[in-house]
Amino acid sequence: MILIVAEHANGKLAKSAYEMTQAARDCGREGPITLLVLGSGVAPVAAQAALLGDQVLVADLPALAEYDPEVWAAAVAQIAGEGEAHTVLIGGSRSGREYSPRVAVKLDAPLLEDAISLTDVGGDLQAEHYTFLARVTERVEALGPVVVVSIKPGALSPAKANAAAAEQFDVELTLPERRVAVTARMTEKSERVALADADIVVSGGRGVGSAEGFVELVEGLADQLGAAVGATRAVVDAGWRPYAEQVGQTGKTVQPKVYVAVGISGAVQHLSGMGKSKVIVAINKDGDAPIFKEADYGIVGDVKVIVPALIEELKKS
Amino acid sequence: MKILTLVRQVLDAEESVRMKDGAVDLSASKLVVDTMDEYGVEQALRMRDADATIEVVALAVGATRCEEALRTVLAMGADRAILVECGTPLDVIATSSVVSEVAKSEQIDLIFCGGGQADWDSHALGAAVAERLQWPQATWSSALTIDGTQLTGTHDVDAGKETFTMALPAVVTTQQGLNEPRYPTLPNIMKAKRKEMRKLPVESFGVTAKLKVLSAGVQVKERRRTMIDGKDAGLAAAELINLLRNEARVIA
Repeated sequence: MILIVAEHANGKLAKSAYEMTQAARDCGREGPITLLVLGSGVAPVAAQAALLGDQVLVADLPALAEYDPEVWAAAVAQIAGEGEAHTVLIGGSRSGREYSPRVAVKLDAPLLEDAISLTDVGGDLQAEHYTFLARVTERVEALGPVVVVSIKPGALSPAKANAAAAEQFDVELTLPERRVAVTARMTEKSERVALADADIVVSGGRGVGSAEGFVELVEGLADQLGAAVGATRAVVDAGWRPYAEQVGQTGKTVQPKVYVAVGISGAVQHLSGMGKSKVIVAINKDGDAPIFKEADYGIVGDVKVIVPALIEELKKS
Repeated sequence: MKILTLVRQVLDAEESVRMKDGAVDLSASKLVVDTMDEYGVEQALRMRDADATIEVVALAVGATRCEEALRTVLAMGADRAILVECGTPLDVIATSSVVSEVAKSEQIDLIFCGGGQADWDSHALGAAVAERLQWPQATWSSALTIDGTQLTGTHDVDAGKETFTMALPAVVTTQQGLNEPRYPTLPNIMKAKRKEMRKLPVESFGVTAKLKVLSAGVQVKERRRTMIDGKDAGLAAAELINLLRNEARVIA
């Protein structure tokens, strides 16, 4: 079987579960597409998963209320082993990329990490993924009958739900003790659209001048466009913006329809997090800034003058 | 106590990626210690600065040329280095097997590894090593303190940050924000030349590759590169909005 570990939050199946299902349907491997739902109070999630898979396995346990890499890896490896899964798909979220290596080691399986495509070629699973800070696309083949894959979020189109719900089965798990004690959780909530899901992202760099400048220019423009807000590492390091907004190698990867870079020079670490955007707009006073080489539309000028003019222009319509 | 800090030698971020025969060719490129690995080296050195009984061992698994990266880490202050030489690059899962064997034979208590490295764009090494050793892990740490055998820290998770505690032995992956890595001073660069650098052939670990690289290509996304004159901000703004609406058709 193809085992998909369905990610979910707040009682809702995540977009990644739909993307992984499409990958499973398209990859050319045989066997029932099986969604595994891990959590506590996850009946509504399991019901949504039942519209995607050929079957759904549910572990609804208080012990699974909070994620832990060792607990998740143990659960997934156990189910994969018992179900004789030949392919295990895990979301390429921060947590997915953290516990999937453990699953691969437990199953003595290759790990295809952050895959953007997945194809069975003569019984061997091949994937494409980015390397060298997303500047290179590499095609790799997994050497082994059982393969663990993490799927890059947003890279594949989401599957459409089936008309009829698949059967659900409860599973029993033997879970390890938690060894990492979480003493506090700091979730960063924003009124805005989530960065990862946004169609439009407005990001600011050092060029906005200050934390106040960021609010006025970047948030101001994002408000007019209904966009999510992103920031460069320099801006986060300076304490102007929270880490949750950081785009780049050490932050989030985004792939919106439009990415507006305000006062961003375009270091390769930043480009690795937004270079796959459909359209890139750059506004910077330095005409030699590397960002312009990656931009579809560029305006060389003072962001403090150009951006307010853009906000005014958008208010007109 | 012994700390093992993993070091990968990667392409300098300022360098462009060169290709040869359908593969990335680093032979003429400037290579550096991976930035995220550097935070781990620095953290290990700070712990040793606070407790002189700690030994810091740097480990690289890679080409002979990785010796340069290890010398840099020795010049930063690591006590000694181990290079497991392998001619062809190993995938992460296979590499984790080499690392865990070294950790066992060296009786390591704590392993640092970058949250991700800028060559294979992988986040997997720390977690895979932790699994092989049956140790707990904390990934993407941005703060860390040690008290005896107890680690306390802050790290990034899906929905924000968490503070955590865990007991040694453990694997911690590192990132920006954890510390400010030091630069090697000239006297320390001289001293580093005399520090121990043990070389082991990867064959002695008996690992087999789990992945085969079939091809690689540099990403080129064709961009329009339309430049709009910014001298008159009002006109430039109107022009940009018009292009986004009517040419690219990406905003309403």
